[in-house]
Amino acid sequence: MSETEMTGEAIIEVTELTKKYGDLTAVDCVSFTVRRGEIFAFLGPNGAGKTTTIKMLTTLLAPTGGAIRLNGYDPVREQDAVRRSFGIVFQDPSLDNELTAYENMVFHAVLFRIPPQLRKERIKALLELVQLWERKDEQVKKFSGGMKRRLEIARGLLHLPQILFLDEPTLGLDPQTRHLLWEHIRELNKKEQITVFLTTHIMEEAERVAGTVAVIDHGKIIDQGSPGALAERTGTASLEEAFLALTGKAIREEEPESANIMLKRMFRGRW
Amino acid sequence: MSVIYILWLRQMKRYFRSRARIIGALGQPLLYLFALGFGFGAVFERAGEGNYLQFLVPGIIAMSILFTSMFNGLEIIWDRQFGFLKETLVAPVSRVQIMLGRTLGGATVAVFQGMIILAISFLIGFRLANPLAMPAALVFMFLIATLFTALGTAIASLLDDMQGFQLIMNFLVMPLFFLSGALFPLKDLPVAVSVIVRLNPLSYGVDGLRGALIGLFQLGIWANFAVLAASSLILVMIGAYLFSKIQV
Ligand SMILES: Nc1ncnc2c1ncn2[C@@H]1O[C@H](COP(=O)(O)OP(=O)(O)OP(=O)(O)O)[C@@H](O)[C@H]1O
Ligand SMILES: [Mg+2]
Repeated sequence: MSETEMTGEAIIEVTELTKKYGDLTAVDCVSFTVRRGEIFAFLGPNGAGKTTTIKMLTTLLAPTGGAIRLNGYDPVREQDAVRRSFGIVFQDPSLDNELTAYENMVFHAVLFRIPPQLRKERIKALLELVQLWERKDEQVKKFSGGMKRRLEIARGLLHLPQILFLDEPTLGLDPQTRHLLWEHIRELNKKEQITVFLTTHIMEEAERVAGTVAVIDHGKIIDQGSPGALAERTGTASLEEAFLALTGKAIREEEPESANIMLKRMFRGRW
Repeated sequence: MSVIYILWLRQMKRYFRSRARIIGALGQPLLYLFALGFGFGAVFERAGEGNYLQFLVPGIIAMSILFTSMFNGLEIIWDRQFGFLKETLVAPVSRVQIMLGRTLGGATVAVFQGMIILAISFLIGFRLANPLAMPAALVFMFLIATLFTALGTAIASLLDDMQGFQLIMNFLVMPLFFLSGALFPLKDLPVAVSVIVRLNPLSYGVDGLRGALIGLFQLGIWANFAVLAASSLILVMIGAYLFSKIQV
């Protein structure tokens, strides 16, 4: 009790969080704070450790080291309380393709204990928002990639959690839907005081919606602050430029070394 | 309760929507039923053991339930690879409930699969000794299904790829089946085989089912019930524990 009071309005507190996969340190002694009611953007190149961090915050993965407090609870020891505090849209698909869009929504609503009457209203409203109401009774496997993505987002917004994790929510969405989505999320943030923790590779999105930005690279946080402050510190004009200044311009997953390793592996497989 | 129900309902929907899976899972049991049932019928009768088809049908029903139940474990790995598992793992619901819902759903599917075999058996001449014992048969079918769905869940919770699961299945499922008395009577077996059969929980399922369907018990109805119920309970607990430790 007293601990949450002491930290004031911090809703997520991460201290020296570390995750190792064998020899690889995916998240390396990361510390940051997210305040209640803010929109927090967690930015970084591919493989930086964003999704891994979110998995640890959301009880899906046990940290190798460090401490997390989420809404006052510990995701390792107080999993149920933590799970009652957040909602999430995953980076990877997580729908049941054999079920219809509507059935996926109902499944989620029951799991998150939304009362039946409210359930119907909210499902309808959200499926209309993402323009899937007309196709609600189709099996998800018949949907296009963008339609699936829209359904995932609608599902993530179904219960109104205190914290909403959005791991690249706009991945594969057209500009219209992206625009609509961010409008809706901003509204939720204002009206319902939902804290939003998001990742995206589209810097303009982060710049537009986020109050605080943290930049992570190779598992380490290299800077955090408001988008304006980051631009100022790096002497650049936009968050995108600041991001490039902080993380460098080299592409992460196509280093010549890894291409070589891949070739070697292929040939080893042959012979 | 409604959480368990929605997980059960999901399994039902997936099952009834996938006709290919229903039919595919019938193939092997039916092959055994026809090939062995008609192939060994004459020898069995000459040995004074009665009608082999009557003897075999409960064993094949148990086989079909065993296979379908263990296959439920594969569904967990499937859900993990297609990402749906995450959706259930972050829900503010205890994972024990999730595991129970999945297990009940999977067990129901397996019992259905066993009922289909029973229906087909009627078509080729199988007869119940006492139709009033049908509820007892259903109880045994459900116990077998629960036991092995929980076992499949436990194994799947430890693995994250299909190949590994397939491998374990082959080394586990076939021996469980062949050494259960599904295909042969238990008397006059070599001591080693007899011991193994009595250590195999499936033997008690087969025997219970056979007792209920054709009136022949070799291990005793209460021994069957007690062993099955106890091992189901233990495996559900182990399965629930391992399932609750899954990381993705
Ligand atoms: N299950 C795993 N086993 C081993 N290594 C992993 C696993 N998951 C992630 N990694 C590694 O951890 C590092 C961080 O991955 P992570 O998914 O957190 O990156 P990310 O910042 O979300 O990247 P992206 O923008 O591409 O989604 C990467 O090097 C990745 O290869
Ligand atoms: Mg990621």
